[in-house]
Amino acid sequence: MGALTKLRVNGAVRETDAPEGTSLLEVLRNDLDLTGTKYGGGEGMCGACTVLLDGVAVRSCITPISAVGDGAVETIEGCEIDNHLSVVQQAFADQGAMQCGYCVPGMVMSATALLRKNPKATDKEIIEHMDGNVCRCCGYPQMLKAIKSALGAGQ
Amino acid sequence: MSLIEITRRQLLKALGGGFLVAVLPAWAIARLQRGQQAPQTVDAWLHISATGEVTVLTGKVEVGQNARTSVTQAVAEELRVAASSVKVVMGDTDLVPFDRGTFGSQTTPQMIPQIRRAAATMREALVDMAAERLSVARSSLVAADGVVTGCGGSLTYGELAAGAKITKAIPREVALTPVSDWKVMGTAVAKVGAYEMVNGAHKFASDMMVEGMLWAKVLRSPSIGAKIGTVDVSKAQAMVGVRVVRDGEFVAVAAPSLRLATAARDAITAEWVETSKVSTGDLPKLFAVPSTERVRYTCAYIAHAPLEPRAALAVWAGDKITVHTGTSRPFGVRTEVATALGIPEEKVRVIVPDTGSGYGGKHYGDAAVEAARISKAVGSPVKIVWTREEEFKFAYCRPGGVIDVDAKVEDGELQSWSHVNYNSGGAGLETPYRVAQKSERFQQFASPIRQGSYRALASTFNNFARESHMNALAREAKMDLLDFRLANLGDERMIAVLNACAEKFGWRTYSVEDGHGIGIACGTEKGSYVATAAEIAVKDNEIKVLRAVTAYECGKVLNPALLQLQIGGAVLQGLGGALWEAVEYKDGRCETSAFSSYRVPRYSDSPVLETVVLDRPDLPPAGAGETPIIAIAPAINGALFQAIGSQRNSLPLRLGLLP
Ligand code: FES
Ligand code: FES
Repeated sequence: MGALTKLRVNGAVRETDAPEGTSLLEVLRNDLDLTGTKYGGGEGMCGACTVLLDGVAVRSCITPISAVGDGAVETIEGCEIDNHLSVVQQAFADQGAMQCGYCVPGMVMSATALLRKNPKATDKEIIEHMDGNVCRCCGYPQMLKAIKSALGAGQ
Repeated sequence: MSLIEITRRQLLKALGGGFLVAVLPAWAIARLQRGQQAPQTVDAWLHISATGEVTVLTGKVEVGQNARTSVTQAVAEELRVAASSVKVVMGDTDLVPFDRGTFGSQTTPQMIPQIRRAAATMREALVDMAAERLSVARSSLVAADGVVTGCGGSLTYGELAAGAKITKAIPREVALTPVSDWKVMGTAVAKVGAYEMVNGAHKFASDMMVEGMLWAKVLRSPSIGAKIGTVDVSKAQAMVGVRVVRDGEFVAVAAPSLRLATAARDAITAEWVETSKVSTGDLPKLFAVPSTERVRYTCAYIAHAPLEPRAALAVWAGDKITVHTGTSRPFGVRTEVATALGIPEEKVRVIVPDTGSGYGGKHYGDAAVEAARISKAVGSPVKIVWTREEEFKFAYCRPGGVIDVDAKVEDGELQSWSHVNYNSGGAGLETPYRVAQKSERFQQFASPIRQGSYRALASTFNNFARESHMNALAREAKMDLLDFRLANLGDERMIAVLNACAEKFGWRTYSVEDGHGIGIACGTEKGSYVATAAEIAVKDNEIKVLRAVTAYECGKVLNPALLQLQIGGAVLQGLGGALWEAVEYKDGRCETSAFSSYRVPRYSDSPVLETVVLDRPDLPPAGAGETPIIAIAPAINGALFQAIGSQRNSLPLRLGLLP
């Protein structure tokens, strides 16, 4: 058994005995049962595993837990507060911005980071920011609409 | 007692009583109406509980095509209840009737009408019961919002269901709600389950875990058909908590954590006997296609690459195994698992949670069988999730292929047409154009690379070759791409779609910049029609699609918002196959292993995307998940003529690699 690593996830302190090189994705999903964060490829190319680390979108599959330190991790499970979806979640639901839905948590987390950093983002900036998130169902137009409406609503 | 009756009684027991109706396939109803014995086939079950909950049990599954939402809408419409009060149980082989699978766009044309009929029958039966209980004429009663109401009082569906004593399928003719009266169908109902998707609560098969579960990893071969020479599992075996499973060529490990399982698998050393020389560099050579004077088109093998990889969780209870997995064929997977384990099918239950897509790529139970075998060997629940690399290397591909075309045109009219497809498939082989003399043929081939179904099957390539050839013929005849097509079409539906597309695009008056080009192409498959027009720009040897307009007609439109999504998704997905996607093999080894070596469409690749939906309330609805994918590639190809002076004869369209 390795030493325990403490992680701050969605406002709570969680512990894991995973070795420090283990990816944040694996720890979130398999050790902490936060399976809303998805695996899509494990090499930082698809964005399915996106979470926020101190408010910044990171790919948890290529982020070892040793790199997290005492940074605040936010996952899709932390977005909904008291049964109220976040602005971005609500926008995705309202716009029906999904087909199979598998990419949606990663999309929502990336868009959430954008909303906080640059709530006045232009279309071009949104596309640039979101380009690392793959939707294999190719629901991009609808998702773009959702993100735009969330940015509008968040202002 | 009939088989249906036995199942019905079992189900009623499981559901705690209530009103249960069997949804029979159309042909079974026809037989009943002719007074013949009905075959023992049920398409779905429809149930109302004593508390008024409506449940549909169907063997269809939700793989991203919104089958769940369409079924919900159909039932809500005909039963006159809110969509939110309908629960759809899908793909659980212990609860739902047998189904061949959710593919080929068959849910909408075949399943939905039957479900509607059954729901309407159920509604009328409820009115009958209410008339009897209230002792009033049935014509004075109205069913709405889950209640049958008349002047003599009202009864909820639940109250009626509690006393229901119907014991057989009701084959009577009922009137379906006419399109003009639709309140739920034909409207933009939100996707059922959207909430659990946006908050991350939905458990895909890859998310499921149970107490005491082990993670498994399989030792994979390095090349096609490679056999294990020697294998040393001692290091893995020595790791605390690791179990090694060996059964002939099948070598796997199971461990309490994914990282330990992965480390154990990596600790196994094996020497492989490799024999395959298969390469995808020269497809005609791969398929041993003779050289030809005709124009030759080729198409790469491509991967479905569903974002959720293959995954399964196998759990035993006594001598029965339950496997949770994402697939379009729950009953097919049940057979696979039973066969692999050598146990009867009744001892296997397959449950399919709504799945992270498939596009035709999840017909089989690879992960399910692996999890089941390992679980049997180690005696614990076992979970397996394929990595992206495993997906690229071991999942089946959309077939690569070669098509040779020859055609003759006189005065702008097709005189003869010949089209031979090697290996890719027969779907969409037939030309929609008028031509007196034609021969169209598909030549099968035993592909050394694992291949199978894909969204729209071979229509994508057949349509690419045909429409690209039409582009070339139009150029030769010095005719406009649109005019040449219209001059050779007779099918009104195809013409309507092409015209609608051209008009929305502004084809006749488009101003095209230098280095840009426009193209238009059409196609039909599975009773639906599509045309796409595209504007492209070529820069630094890269094709960028700036705008794409797609006109689509698939009969009566059931849910316009979801249809738009499907069309947009299909066109964009088609862009990947048109421009970049190819799974490459060299000397039997797969060289594609990650999204970094397999480019798929992203946000920045999305052109301005417009769709025109031609609603035909007079025609039956056709499925919409597939056909819109087939026109984008030849439209782009046609645009290349204008942009750089020549088109390409291969999918993907690579500018640099071809003359
Ligand atoms: S799983 Fe992390 S980027 Fe794809
Ligand atoms: S909705 Fe299926 S991957 Fe995005």
